[in-house]
Amino acid sequence: MLDPGVIVRNFKFLIVQGFLGIGSFAGGTLRLAIPAIVLGFALGIVVGLARLANAAWIRVPAVMYVELFRGVPLVMVIFWMWFVIPQLLRLPIPEYGVALTAFVIFEAAYFGEIVRAGVQSVPRGQVEAARALGLSGAKAMRYVVLPQALRNMVPSLVTQMIVLFKDTSLASIIGYVDLTKAAQIVNNREIRPFELYLFIAVVYWICTYSMSRMARRLERRPSTA
Amino acid sequence: MAAAIEFRQVNKWFGKLHVLVDVTLGVAPGEVVVVCGPSGSGKSTLIRCVNALERIQSGEIVVLGDSITSPRMNLTRLRTQVGMVFQSFNLFPHMTALENIMLAPMKVRNAPREDAEKTARALLLRVGIPDKAGNYPANLSGGQQQRVAIARALAMQPKIMLFDEPTSALDPEMINEVLEVMTDLAKSGMTMMVVTHEMGFARRVAHRVIFMDGGQVIEEADPETFFASPKSDRSRQFLSKILSH
Ligand SMILES: Nc1ncnc2c1ncn2[C@@H]1O[C@H](COP(=O)(O)OP(=O)(O)OP(=O)(O)O)[C@@H](O)[C@H]1O
Ligand SMILES: [Mg+2]
Repeated sequence: MLDPGVIVRNFKFLIVQGFLGIGSFAGGTLRLAIPAIVLGFALGIVVGLARLANAAWIRVPAVMYVELFRGVPLVMVIFWMWFVIPQLLRLPIPEYGVALTAFVIFEAAYFGEIVRAGVQSVPRGQVEAARALGLSGAKAMRYVVLPQALRNMVPSLVTQMIVLFKDTSLASIIGYVDLTKAAQIVNNREIRPFELYLFIAVVYWICTYSMSRMARRLERRPSTA
Repeated sequence: MAAAIEFRQVNKWFGKLHVLVDVTLGVAPGEVVVVCGPSGSGKSTLIRCVNALERIQSGEIVVLGDSITSPRMNLTRLRTQVGMVFQSFNLFPHMTALENIMLAPMKVRNAPREDAEKTARALLLRVGIPDKAGNYPANLSGGQQQRVAIARALAMQPKIMLFDEPTSALDPEMINEVLEVMTDLAKSGMTMMVVTHEMGFARRVAHRVIFMDGGQVIEEADPETFFASPKSDRSRQFLSKILSH
């Protein structure tokens, strides 16, 4: 029989600690996902633009960065940050720092590719028109290319954000108490796997579904077609 | 009077392709020059050199007294003095007609928003579509889009205007509204280089017609002379082709 009581009893721990990240443990799905998305995308813009630079000394490192991180598993990057980097730096890094850094570095490679494709989707004539008006390369990028590129990027950007959001559950392997880990902790005590894992599935699903709904709204925004 | 635009022995290559061959050419202030010639003859490349959208490999180009081929030339200054209108309009689709026109004055000249908007509205009136200020390009006809593009170029108060086949992408019924705006502009004394196959416009408005082929200026004459008695075989051939349409 389903026992919803296990959820009710542990609701605060699961949601406040596991999902939001307010509590005595280092943890929280949102506390990891939101900064990871924001910082990963910001770094992704840098990587994506660097990938398109004319100067080889900017472009080549960016290409190598993207190819490297797209070619290795995220778990491995997390382990590197957890076991190897602290030894090299001779300085302990807390779980949150490890998880956030690993996600930002890893995801920036994917966001970078999305940004590159988005910028390349803007017709050449747009830059020419902007430059012909006297705008510098940077201003043409900022006011003419990026706004259009961002719009074209929305679908793949949201897909990547959803992937990142779900992948935060991988942080539990280094003891980071996100929603998945919180459910696991409760389950170890109460042995109610069906209720617990069904519950967190619903929480994850509600989040990702609202993200894709919001994306569809953004895409359909009128007039700027 | 000194020329507004001067080409001296200009050569340009795209890789191995020699697209401008020893071009020497002057355009006087207030003069309207129509450039014509077969596809691939280098017309677009020629006018794109004037605002340095294309760089040349040898020779010199002087615009409004400044050598634009010198390494010390000021690109922004050049481009604010030379406006350009493209075949495919190239309006910014994420901005309204008004915002398209206001962008450069605000971001290049740092003009206050109110001033930029006042100028932009005046320009929309001048090109005959004051009621389209709030429209996005997607909600404008081709002719209207091209008129906004002309207004956008004029917003920087250029001394020279370049047109690269401004009516080629338009439906026939919209060509005239754009040509009328250009005709007014020419009458106002603007220095213009216009790549076009609109021979009616050339006849009525141009002071001079330049015929190009294979990257060379083959013939230069006032429109009367050019249309009545083209000197070279190639220009005769070209004219018979486009006038038979
Ligand atoms: N960016 C470029 N790279 C390489 N070749 C180019 C480039 N732009 C133009 N060309 C070539 O240079 C030659 C001249 O091109 P240009 O566009 O100036 O001709 P055009 O007279 O304007 O022709 P059209 O009437 O078709 O517009 C053509 O052979 C063209 O293919
Ligand atoms: Mg052309």
